[in-house]
Amino acid sequence: MTYQFDFSSVLAYWPLFLDGAWTTIQMSFWATLAGFIIGVLCAVARTGGPRRLRQIVTVYVEVIRNTPLLIQSYFLIFGMASVGIRMPIMAGAVLALVINIGAYTCEIVRAGIESVHKGQREAGACLGLSPGQVYWYVILRPAIERVYPALASQYVLLMLVTSILSAVGANELFGASNQVQANTFRNFEVFIVLWVAYLALTALVRGAFWAVGQCVFVRRRKLGTPL
Amino acid sequence: MSPVVELRNVHKRFGAQHVLKGVSLKVDKGEILAVIGQSGSGKSTALRCMDRLERVDAGEITVCGHSLHDSDMDLRQLRQDVGIVFQSYNLFPHLTVLGNVMLALRHVKKFSRARARDIADRALAQVGLEDKADAYPEQLSGGQQQRVAIARSLAMDPQLMLFDEVTSALDPQLTGEVLKVIEALAGNGMTMVLVTHEMAFAYRLASRVVFMHQGQVWEEGGSEILKQPKTRELQDFVGNGL
Amino acid sequence: MSSQQLTYLIEGAGGTLLLSVLTFIFAGLLGLAIALARVSAAAAVRRIAAAYIQVIQGTPLLVLMGVCYYGPNLAGMDSVPALFAATLALTIQSSAFFGEIWRGCIQSVAKSQWEAAECLGLGRLQRMVHVILPQALRIATPPTVGFMVQIVKNTSIASLVIGYAELSYNAKILNNSTFEPFLYFGLAAMLYFAICYPLSRWSRQLEGRLNVAGG
Repeated sequence: MTYQFDFSSVLAYWPLFLDGAWTTIQMSFWATLAGFIIGVLCAVARTGGPRRLRQIVTVYVEVIRNTPLLIQSYFLIFGMASVGIRMPIMAGAVLALVINIGAYTCEIVRAGIESVHKGQREAGACLGLSPGQVYWYVILRPAIERVYPALASQYVLLMLVTSILSAVGANELFGASNQVQANTFRNFEVFIVLWVAYLALTALVRGAFWAVGQCVFVRRRKLGTPL
Repeated sequence: MSPVVELRNVHKRFGAQHVLKGVSLKVDKGEILAVIGQSGSGKSTALRCMDRLERVDAGEITVCGHSLHDSDMDLRQLRQDVGIVFQSYNLFPHLTVLGNVMLALRHVKKFSRARARDIADRALAQVGLEDKADAYPEQLSGGQQQRVAIARSLAMDPQLMLFDEVTSALDPQLTGEVLKVIEALAGNGMTMVLVTHEMAFAYRLASRVVFMHQGQVWEEGGSEILKQPKTRELQDFVGNGL
Repeated sequence: MSSQQLTYLIEGAGGTLLLSVLTFIFAGLLGLAIALARVSAAAAVRRIAAAYIQVIQGTPLLVLMGVCYYGPNLAGMDSVPALFAATLALTIQSSAFFGEIWRGCIQSVAKSQWEAAECLGLGRLQRMVHVILPQALRIATPPTVGFMVQIVKNTSIASLVIGYAELSYNAKILNNSTFEPFLYFGLAAMLYFAICYPLSRWSRQLEGRLNVAGG
């Protein structure tokens, strides 16, 4: 009843895995960038915008955060196809990720914005800064610095859930592994290889965010304390 | 010459609370006005109204030539003409001391980096902290942070400085360094309004004192009213403080 | 859409709920053990628990599902029921997150409480049970309820590798034959929302009450 492990046949497909990993990184990168921008805009809208806008953003955030990414992807990708919108699979997959991560980013950044004391805003306004300037120099910069660890965790998670987009045809790391499984029938070994690969990617992404944090947040680099 | 600050029959409500009940007072150029009173007497609210942090419900306020009761007044210009220092300093924690002082110089007055740096350095020297330019607020003591806050407002070259209980949050041994800076500013002829609990300091420095009680100007005069209060309420207040 | 199809969707929702509840129970038990291990006096125990959490938090749930589905085959099990594999995978993943959340809650119970309990002569276990855990429980409730929402959403992954018949799986099957994605996935989304949103609201409410009460 002993199972014969055969990793060599699986590892022979390493170019496929590498390609898939690179696709995963690219998807994660673009989704993180676009999702961050959208999330910050939504957070600003939710904490300082007109009432109508705040309501729309709230609905967006609540719907996304209370439904699974898989259903969101199905809805978007199959939905678009059913009304004749032709979008390359990768673009559609990244779009689904952006819409998803934008909502989570919004909540994290919003918590950061709300953690900035009212006195800070007053001090900024009393120096003559315009409301927009107060938002940018006094509120957003420290808010983002404060929630940066939470954001980094969220974006590491984003990289991991790109695997779900294989269900709509995205050819990232997990999608690529389906092919290997089909060819080798070594399902368990493939999953072990995937596991190690994702752990390596996680370490890579965490390291990247740490490095970015050190570069951007000078105060944190010099003092080592949280804001 | 018109007064720098003039309040005429100012009323302010917070919900159901009637905090300012017809306050009238005047501050001329070069004068130092100390506003004293118990918590809840409305003294901080009156001060905050002078920089339009609160909007009055009735009455008129004129500060540095601006009519604050008008809704179309130039708020940005007012805030450049008036400097305010808060009890909790409100320094920007993500910026260095120099960054704090230079922020408004760069983005409000639109000065070049070199010119802003120059002004900031001089403002920090005025408060005795030129060697702390690259430190972050969390590395400084409360007294030092408050002095940076003063430098930050001073750098904008205001016509009027408002101080809202700026030593109340400090340990006793740190209040001295802040009071010294304020005294030096007074010596240079800055027009000031100070809301304060430091009675001895007010007595020494203020050209006029206003005692507020239950939202009204209860007694006012020169600093001698602190030693010889006329009204019973001020007698009670000073008896406890001095 | 026929009533048969609607019933099929609702059955899927039932599968989702079943998997969620089973996961919460098992992951709760395992997560508690991990949280306690993370604050254990023995350094080795702490490090093992920390490593477990790090590894699991760096693993996509899909991969975990695959390992749990194909893994038991090696141990000699012939066919693994989908629910078993899905519950196993979700339990492993959720226990790591619960372990982290609850460790934070235990540690946030003020050190002064620890010291007070020690000075009363209580042993380590007694301190934990009578003083620390009850307070940690209060602090832990909002994020735990919040994570339950994650669990419900994560059950959708069981539709992929494992093919467990929960809501996403059934919705996909319906779409495969009728090609009405907006209808079926829209309905599925609404059903998920109906389960998750009340939990999210409740979690926020609990957190609000906690802040007011001064936890």
